[in-house]
Amino acid sequence: MAPAVLIENLHKRYGSREALRDVSFQVEAGEIFGLLGPNGAGKTTTLRCLCTLSAPDSGRVEIAGVSVLEQPKVARQLLGYVAQEVALDKVLTGRELLQLQAALYHLPRPLIAERIHTGLQRLGLESWADQKTGTYSGGLRKRLDLAAGLLHDPSVLVLDEPTVGLDIESRRVIWDFLRQLRDRGTTVLLTSHYLEEIDALADRVAIIDQGTVIAEGTPSQLKDRVGGDRITLKLREFTNAEEAEQAKAMAISLPFVQEVIINSAQGNSLNLIVTPQSDALFELQKALKEAGLPIFGIAQARPSLDDVYLSATGKTLLDADIAASSQRDLKAEQKQRMRSRT
Amino acid sequence: MTTTSVSPQSTPNRLEKTVIQPTPPSLFSPEFVQETLALTRRLFIQLQRRPATLVAGIVQPLMWLVLFGALFKNVPEGMFGMSQTYGQFLCAGVIVFTAFSGALNAGLPVMFDREFGFLNRLLVAPLASRFSIVLASALFITALSLLQTIAIVAVSFFLGAGLPSALGLGVVALIVLLLVLGVTALSLGLTFALPGHIELLAVIFVTNLPLLFASTALVPLSFMPAWLQVVASLNPLSFAIEPIRYLYLHSDWSFSSVVMQAPWGNLSLGTTLLLLAGLDLLALVGIQKLLQRKLA
Repeated sequence: MAPAVLIENLHKRYGSREALRDVSFQVEAGEIFGLLGPNGAGKTTTLRCLCTLSAPDSGRVEIAGVSVLEQPKVARQLLGYVAQEVALDKVLTGRELLQLQAALYHLPRPLIAERIHTGLQRLGLESWADQKTGTYSGGLRKRLDLAAGLLHDPSVLVLDEPTVGLDIESRRVIWDFLRQLRDRGTTVLLTSHYLEEIDALADRVAIIDQGTVIAEGTPSQLKDRVGGDRITLKLREFTNAEEAEQAKAMAISLPFVQEVIINSAQGNSLNLIVTPQSDALFELQKALKEAGLPIFGIAQARPSLDDVYLSATGKTLLDADIAASSQRDLKAEQKQRMRSRT
Repeated sequence: MTTTSVSPQSTPNRLEKTVIQPTPPSLFSPEFVQETLALTRRLFIQLQRRPATLVAGIVQPLMWLVLFGALFKNVPEGMFGMSQTYGQFLCAGVIVFTAFSGALNAGLPVMFDREFGFLNRLLVAPLASRFSIVLASALFITALSLLQTIAIVAVSFFLGAGLPSALGLGVVALIVLLLVLGVTALSLGLTFALPGHIELLAVIFVTNLPLLFASTALVPLSFMPAWLQVVASLNPLSFAIEPIRYLYLHSDWSFSSVVMQAPWGNLSLGTTLLLLAGLDLLALVGIQKLLQRKLA
């Protein structure tokens, strides 16, 4: 069976900027697939190519075996798209927006009222249905947008940064809903630059950086591939540099320690990468005691997705995000969003 | 027929699947009608909930009639051709100018949809044809213009401008329709050709009043210097104004009646209608390529 989404060797250039340089990944039917990367990595551009809003310069894009470039109208029937910025007509009520959406997807008239009712119910929007969307909170707007994207029961639901800017409660509601959706058989493809979101939701993930996929797999596969456990050690709440250096020299001499970094931004705490073994923490504590060094706090953890990103790109996702946002040309991005099929 | 893929773990409480159409519907299919009606309905709901546009659109031409009518009230009789009063002369100009302004602004809501991302909602949907977006705007603006025309005709009647014959009124409506169609097409074309609403507003601003003053809306051709007569007699607004004015004054009109004496020749009612239809055709063909590129 053809994969739910197939993206192969996708290239897209905006003027002199290469937004996508060779993006490839596959989403299997019935899974939640996460596209993780910092702002400006090419996540939205990839989704725009998938949803027929932009035409790629080259590459293959298929939904359930249907070529998006050759049969865009068929592809659009298979897709539900929830954009990052919710565009609701604020004078319409939620129900009216869904009625419009139903007509745009040519749902048979007898089916429309029932579909809208079910959609409102599943997203807990019944009591808001006849209010104008201009009165909705951010979380409600997102939920209505989700209901709209799902109205025609697409086989693939595509979400661009579904919880950006939402409060924790709304975020949890949307996560739960997406899991339910997956369990009912809908394929979900979402982008995020929240590690936590991808880790909590995605069955499989592709990490995208500067227009290309740098890693793909299940979150635990990716973490295993990075190898080693992480130990964070604080000698004191705020350790002086001298003592930290002393501890570093001692720790690096231990056979199971691979790397030690002093994190001056965190009160000279020590970040250690160790070979995964159950007694690493115990051995380290023993060695510290013998060297007469104090312990304020110590914790061992498996590598996180951020470590995966770090090992592939040499920078943390947060750093990349900050760097990207200082370089972004917001005006150009706005233009790009308005552009249809260029 | 294929249905959307269902994975093995799907449960029976899943919604019944929508049938996917391998050969999607095209122009003028029932699906096209469905989406066009829904998009038009949205515009009417907007109008109903935010009636400011409608109120201003009715009040403004009436103010034109009253204020402009008063301005030239004391001009000696006979200066405005066969019109008894300036009010009677002005009426045709106001009808056409109002319809023209409304149609010129038709692109603005679509431009805002573009800027706010609402248009993307339409573009990711499997529309039978994206021409439905254009058609919905045209239907809406046409309905609005006809409403305005009715209001102007009614108020003019009470101000003493008289009424065309019943059939004449039909031709007035036809002229308004032809003008609105062409100008709406141009405005929507601009909406997709220009980068944003600032530029669109600038174009509207620069076109609107000059076209009014370079037409026969406010004064007859005979008032104008020779060069302006040439400009005004080539202005499409004049092709709409002059026949309406003629219909107001003559109950015994025919399509061969001469309605306009341009410096370069006489134009009959039929000719002006053909010119307007030609303008529509030109506008539609002109924007078709653009819309196909932007909306294909």
